[in-house]
Amino acid sequence: MSQAERIFDRVASQAARDLPQQQIVRNSLATYDRAVGAGKDRFADWQEARARCHAIKAEAVAHLDTYLLQFEERVKARGGHVFWAETADEARDYILDLARRRGARLAIKSKSMVSEEVRLTAALEGAGIETVETDLGEFIVQLRREPPYHIVTPAMHLRRAQIAELFRQKLNVPLGAETAEELAGAARAVLREKFLSADMGITGANFLIADQGLAAITENEGNARLTSSLPRVHVVLTGIEKVLPRLADLALFWPVLSTAGTGQAITCYNSLIGGPRRPGEVDGPDEFHVVLLDNGRTAVLADPERREVLHCIRCGACLNACPVFHTIGGHAYGTTYPGPIGAVLVPLLRGFEAFGHLSYASSLCGACAEVCPVEIDLHHHLIRNRRDIASKQLRPSRERRGLGLWRWAATDVRRFERAGNLLRRLMRFKSAAVPEGGPLDPFRPWTRHRALPAAPAESFRQWWRRERAQPAGRAEKGARR
Amino acid sequence: MAALTSTPKVAIFIPCFVDQLVPQVGQAMVRVLERAGCRVAFPEEQTCCGQAPFSTGYWDDALPLARRFVKVFSGAEAVVCPSGSCATMVRRFYPELARADAGLRRELAEIGGSVFEFSEFLVRRMGITDVGARFPHRVAFHDACHLLRELGVHEEPRKLLRAVRGLELVEMAEPEECCGFGGAFAISMSDVSAAMGDRKVRNIEQASVDYVTSCDATCLMQIGGILSRRGGRARAIHLAEILASDGEATKQA
Repeated sequence: MSQAERIFDRVASQAARDLPQQQIVRNSLATYDRAVGAGKDRFADWQEARARCHAIKAEAVAHLDTYLLQFEERVKARGGHVFWAETADEARDYILDLARRRGARLAIKSKSMVSEEVRLTAALEGAGIETVETDLGEFIVQLRREPPYHIVTPAMHLRRAQIAELFRQKLNVPLGAETAEELAGAARAVLREKFLSADMGITGANFLIADQGLAAITENEGNARLTSSLPRVHVVLTGIEKVLPRLADLALFWPVLSTAGTGQAITCYNSLIGGPRRPGEVDGPDEFHVVLLDNGRTAVLADPERREVLHCIRCGACLNACPVFHTIGGHAYGTTYPGPIGAVLVPLLRGFEAFGHLSYASSLCGACAEVCPVEIDLHHHLIRNRRDIASKQLRPSRERRGLGLWRWAATDVRRFERAGNLLRRLMRFKSAAVPEGGPLDPFRPWTRHRALPAAPAESFRQWWRRERAQPAGRAEKGARR
Repeated sequence: MAALTSTPKVAIFIPCFVDQLVPQVGQAMVRVLERAGCRVAFPEEQTCCGQAPFSTGYWDDALPLARRFVKVFSGAEAVVCPSGSCATMVRRFYPELARADAGLRRELAEIGGSVFEFSEFLVRRMGITDVGARFPHRVAFHDACHLLRELGVHEEPRKLLRAVRGLELVEMAEPEECCGFGGAFAISMSDVSAAMGDRKVRNIEQASVDYVTSCDATCLMQIGGILSRRGGRARAIHLAEILASDGEATKQA
């Protein structure tokens, strides 16, 4: 059992008992569900939109090599720089080195999960470069010194009163400032100064448009637009799988992403950025860099069975639909990407040894795949991950032996029946001998939380044999009915 | 798909936990099918569909059980099972297991289309919604995940329930949310599974029903096990038991 798994088990169990916390998340999701329901109704055919998104992403991912090179060529033609980072370290070092060479003292960031993946903020701050999140939710969790709870709504686990209290402590906001407007205003006052004095702006990208060499950024607060246009240097840090073949594809992907992500028809700000400020332009950075991160993605790409996991557009819909996420929350996963997509992707990116347990953190209910706007077969990928994890012998030997025994019994009906009879006898004996759910109860993992049905004296097949298999008994039974 | 004969010969597949723990579910299904005019056979060589090893990752242990299933049930006009989950195993997951086994794939192509979950078989295949049952109680229906999302069965059990005399069908909040059973998940992440079950049970209690029903005995084991610990009014009962009922005192699952 990995260290990560031990922590996960403990934190998930604690979170499962924290009903008030779950209620905060549920309340936030109730609003989301209403908006998304209405949002999907705006589409003539939402299912058709999903199918088309799937097909376009399949095309993009299948020809990633071509499209990425096309993207690079276009960006370079405008005087931008493109850096290919094979690992998180390489991405981090490139940006850190750039910041040092430009003498940056303040970096501002707009929301980017890839920057979480490479632990960029800690690296910059470690080098003495103040780094400030400018997305309101990210700004809040940064003040709390915790990672985002959710990939789209990083502070969804907090009540407004908690945020007011946080701002009082950290930003000297006066007592009584409690409304959303007052709190956003307080954050804006702090952030406005940062926008104007930052030396470097770091953003992610929702999509990379291959045929135009543009990074497409979707947001609601305008902070990404300021982050990308005010500082002298703009760095786009993103995963290689974010490519779309054509600019026209955005006509579908922008509304699909915003509908699945927040229920909006389109988000408030959508930017297309492809290079530094050109002569005659009034704003924009002097320097434009794109860091394309692999960090395990090409290994997923190489596996045709799993390739579609790279279709993910990070809308968060699968987290919002997942009853396990509702119960344990985003922090329990201990990973950049929580919820169903995290349970599928993180073990593939970071290894089954350390993170395979996440693929077992699911009842396989399939709500995730049902809502995924790019039709990733999420819960079935969990089963495929489990297959690979079990075949690498990474599961407890008790489980392996138990299921081997199951197979041994179930491949012979006499053995199977004897095992069943034995189980029922054991259940009847134990319910008479030991208190249910107590420490001596051999069924305790079940009975700790639920009653076990009373084992019947007769199995179905015994009943069938008694009632049905003999012609005489059958006729009599028929007459009685 | 070929039309069914007027007295279709139905091979029943009884899930291992129904066989051992809730045989009354299987017995009820037999009664309902016979009332609907089916000739029911129980191929006695059947054991288990292998979903437990499959969804835990032990595909090598599941494969012989898939091979066994197609052998035991080959040639059946229809295979009917009182579980959306076991029907899903055969229809959705056996083909995935059989990717490297062309022989099994061929056999599955023949048999897969004739495997049905019980309510699906009655409504879609036989065109029956009224089975002549009487059950004078308030009842909520829980959508089991595999039945709903893998087999796309949503209306069929509700149609059957609405036709039951005296029964008042009540929609609980979040009927489609998972009860938290999830097979090995119920054991390996017991606290999380139970918290999910608690939420389901709170929704059932808020609907103030006498019974919660479903097409899967495993969901009902989870829901019923929590209901019974909480000592509330509602009881868990399988759809087949309601459909087999004539309104007399109901034996508890």
